[in-house]
Amino acid sequence: MGVVNHLPTRRELLVGSGALFAWSQMPRIARAEGRDPRLLVIVLRGALDGLGAVAPVGDPDWISLRGDRALALDGKPPALPLDAFFALNPAMPNLHRLYKSGKAAIVHATATPYRERSHFDGQDVLESGLVKPGMTSSGWLNRALLALESGGRVDPRGSRALGIGSVTPLVVRGSAPVMTWVPQRLLPASEDTQSRLLDLYQHTDPKLATVLQARMRLASLGGASGAGDPMSDDPTLAPPGIARVRAYFAEAAGTAARYLAKLDGPRVGAMGFVGWDTHIAEGAASGQLYNLLGALDGAFAAIESNMGEAWRETVVAVVTEFGRTARINGTQGTDHGTGTVAFLIGGGLTGGRVIADWPGLKPAQLFEDRDLKPTTDLRAVLKGLLRDHLRVEEKVLAEAVFPGSADVKPMGGLVG
Amino acid sequence: MSSSAKAEAVLALHRFGMGPRPGSIAALGTDPRGALIAELDRPLVLNAAASLPSSAKAYRTVADANARRAARAKQAQQQAKKQQVAATPTMSEDQTQGQGADKDAAEMAAKQAAEAVPDPGRPIYLQEAKLRTEAALAADIGFAERLVWFWSNHFCISANKIQSMSGAYEREAVRANTLGRFVDLLLAVEGHPAMLFYLDNLGSMGANSIAGINRSRGLNENIAREIMELHTLGVRAGYTQDDVISFANVLTGWTLVPPGDNPEHGGEFTFNPRLHEPGGQTVLGKRYEQEDVEQGRAVLRDLAAHPATATHVATKLARHFVADEPPPVLIEQMAKIFRDAEGDLKQVAIAMVSSDEAWRGPPSKLKRPSEWGVGMVRATGITTVDPVRFTGGQELLGEGLWRPSAPKGYPEDEASWIDGIGRRLDIANNFAERIATTADPQVIIEDVFASEISPEVKQAVGRAESRQQALALLFMSADFQRR
Repeated sequence: MGVVNHLPTRRELLVGSGALFAWSQMPRIARAEGRDPRLLVIVLRGALDGLGAVAPVGDPDWISLRGDRALALDGKPPALPLDAFFALNPAMPNLHRLYKSGKAAIVHATATPYRERSHFDGQDVLESGLVKPGMTSSGWLNRALLALESGGRVDPRGSRALGIGSVTPLVVRGSAPVMTWVPQRLLPASEDTQSRLLDLYQHTDPKLATVLQARMRLASLGGASGAGDPMSDDPTLAPPGIARVRAYFAEAAGTAARYLAKLDGPRVGAMGFVGWDTHIAEGAASGQLYNLLGALDGAFAAIESNMGEAWRETVVAVVTEFGRTARINGTQGTDHGTGTVAFLIGGGLTGGRVIADWPGLKPAQLFEDRDLKPTTDLRAVLKGLLRDHLRVEEKVLAEAVFPGSADVKPMGGLVG
Repeated sequence: MSSSAKAEAVLALHRFGMGPRPGSIAALGTDPRGALIAELDRPLVLNAAASLPSSAKAYRTVADANARRAARAKQAQQQAKKQQVAATPTMSEDQTQGQGADKDAAEMAAKQAAEAVPDPGRPIYLQEAKLRTEAALAADIGFAERLVWFWSNHFCISANKIQSMSGAYEREAVRANTLGRFVDLLLAVEGHPAMLFYLDNLGSMGANSIAGINRSRGLNENIAREIMELHTLGVRAGYTQDDVISFANVLTGWTLVPPGDNPEHGGEFTFNPRLHEPGGQTVLGKRYEQEDVEQGRAVLRDLAAHPATATHVATKLARHFVADEPPPVLIEQMAKIFRDAEGDLKQVAIAMVSSDEAWRGPPSKLKRPSEWGVGMVRATGITTVDPVRFTGGQELLGEGLWRPSAPKGYPEDEASWIDGIGRRLDIANNFAERIATTADPQVIIEDVFASEISPEVKQAVGRAESRQQALALLFMSADFQRR
């Protein structure tokens, strides 16, 4: 299954039941300047291993840190070189191509102000734009829109609000009108969820474990079938294979792009992809992480092609709540860490570079002797995009969008 | 509140109630058994049901729509035939095929015309489903609601056959008698038009009745057999085929007022003497000489008082609430109360929760999909449902509301439901996705379980990669699925 070739009908927009993405209507933000910028934010839920995605192959401590699990230029498959120091996971040829043509940038050793290790709290901080979790009723992207509206540049009555579902990603929730879309095809419980449940059953309820294991075995036998109805009576179609995840990512991101590309469509969108919490058998160069990064890479391709002409005015920011431990753990995975990467792609970017104040990988250089130390505040990146791409005023960014962030200067030069 | 009291409260809510909801554990206080018993003193009526039609009214509404549908279909068919005659002055060479096509077109027109009249049965069903589900969501504990569900399944009808009446049947016959005497419950359900319709008694007639002599049709044994096998004595309880036939004769004439004939009482129960087999009948060795509806009532009263019924009912109740293989001591305690208290169902329920045997075993019962689904929603504090979505979910999980495939009702045992846990995972995952922005899994564990959850589940929830995953794992955990 490829990218869907139709836009969902209005009815489909209103009736779905799963969370996918939401986006705000912000017509003609910069029309007066002859610009019509688009911004799509993708949240990778579960904490992406930034080192497994973009490896510091030039760091002398890299190989000793990860051993035979380290991505390398002469690995199997070989990592894709970005510059003299960094190389990209081989699952991401599209991103590599965009990077080489200056339409992608990577920010490394970055993190939000959050320094603990709870996914939920980490996601709240990432999406709320606040410095602490638990005070979360609106997201920074929504407040950015509101700021634009209060500046008189957007008529709120002109928004085509199609209703806020409870599933709207926090980052775009708030009082600026948001519409949501839900794909007809729901993503069933991920393989990760299934294996965690199996693990739980194996420790608590062997009977349930046997049944779930049988279902998963059937699924792996029929794994290639990819596109099936999650509610299908055919048990071989019930759980997802990676083909299904790839299709879902491409369909979701591709549809978002088609909306954003429309002349009278929304200008800002947000969506989430799950599955990045790789505690066991992470498989950077093949396996779980490799598969997911490949699916994300496919989503990038779908966005680029579906944006059409609007691609040159598009920025996509891909962010995650935090990173993972620098070292591989005892089960060939990684645990919750701090510093990670953010991907930026789009025709509007001034890319072709990895932006990093590299902290180093020696034990003393790691955060708490375990995580890649964050050296770039993710808010600086996001503020840079909002200021230079959407033209949100710096003062508003410091006070309303990312409250208490006056010390965090917007990163300049990200967009052309 | 001590840990053991909390643990007993959690068990009470899962095993005998509809599952914990925010605040319900504290509300049970230090005496969960007393709280369960106290809930049985509260009225079980659904006040909101005042806006819903009675079963007879629902039946008339559907009958009326059916009549309009038939009339429109006939009209459309005739019109289509007229047009065909006008358009085809001479027959084509291939006459049979031409005629066949004409016939198809006329039938198609009739079908379309009929479909233009909407079926009023489904909206009534959905309103009933909403009301019933929300009663379960709103209940403090839900013990009494669980008893309503139990008896509704014990005396099941199927909405596949009689959709419009299915909700009203439960309210009028089951709910109204759930905490009363078994004999009154039995009389109410077996005399209810929905049951008589479902078990094919409407046209059953004695061979020697007025109608039976005039027509070639005759006796239908269905309801008589199911009453003895499923509703009262239990299978292999000593009745014979002759008993079934005699009892079926006894019940001839138990039917309903034809809806077309009577705009006021159409669809209500009536005893039609023209269908009734005259004379006395012998059932289980006892002679019943009554000449009318009282003959059937007398048999039902005796069946209700039969010792086999006490054992059958006690076994089913204990199997439903406590364990697939319940302790024989518990069954005997409950059956004894059933016999001694003349089938007082409230006393039987009290006997069950008062017995230590009912609390002793580990949570081995796998919740039925309906219990699990309602429990999941209750845990989040949500109290209203979209009936289309909710009944759709129940269908997917193999337990469509009021739609069992046979008069035996939905099964109790683990083996019948365990293979459905994969499907439950899909449902849990989707539900978790919808509520993930408002429901905090840690809050649910603390508030709804009072931390009475296994450390493995706590850890899995705490380590989940998203709230959605955490909620899905929580709802799928054995702690949540077993009771």
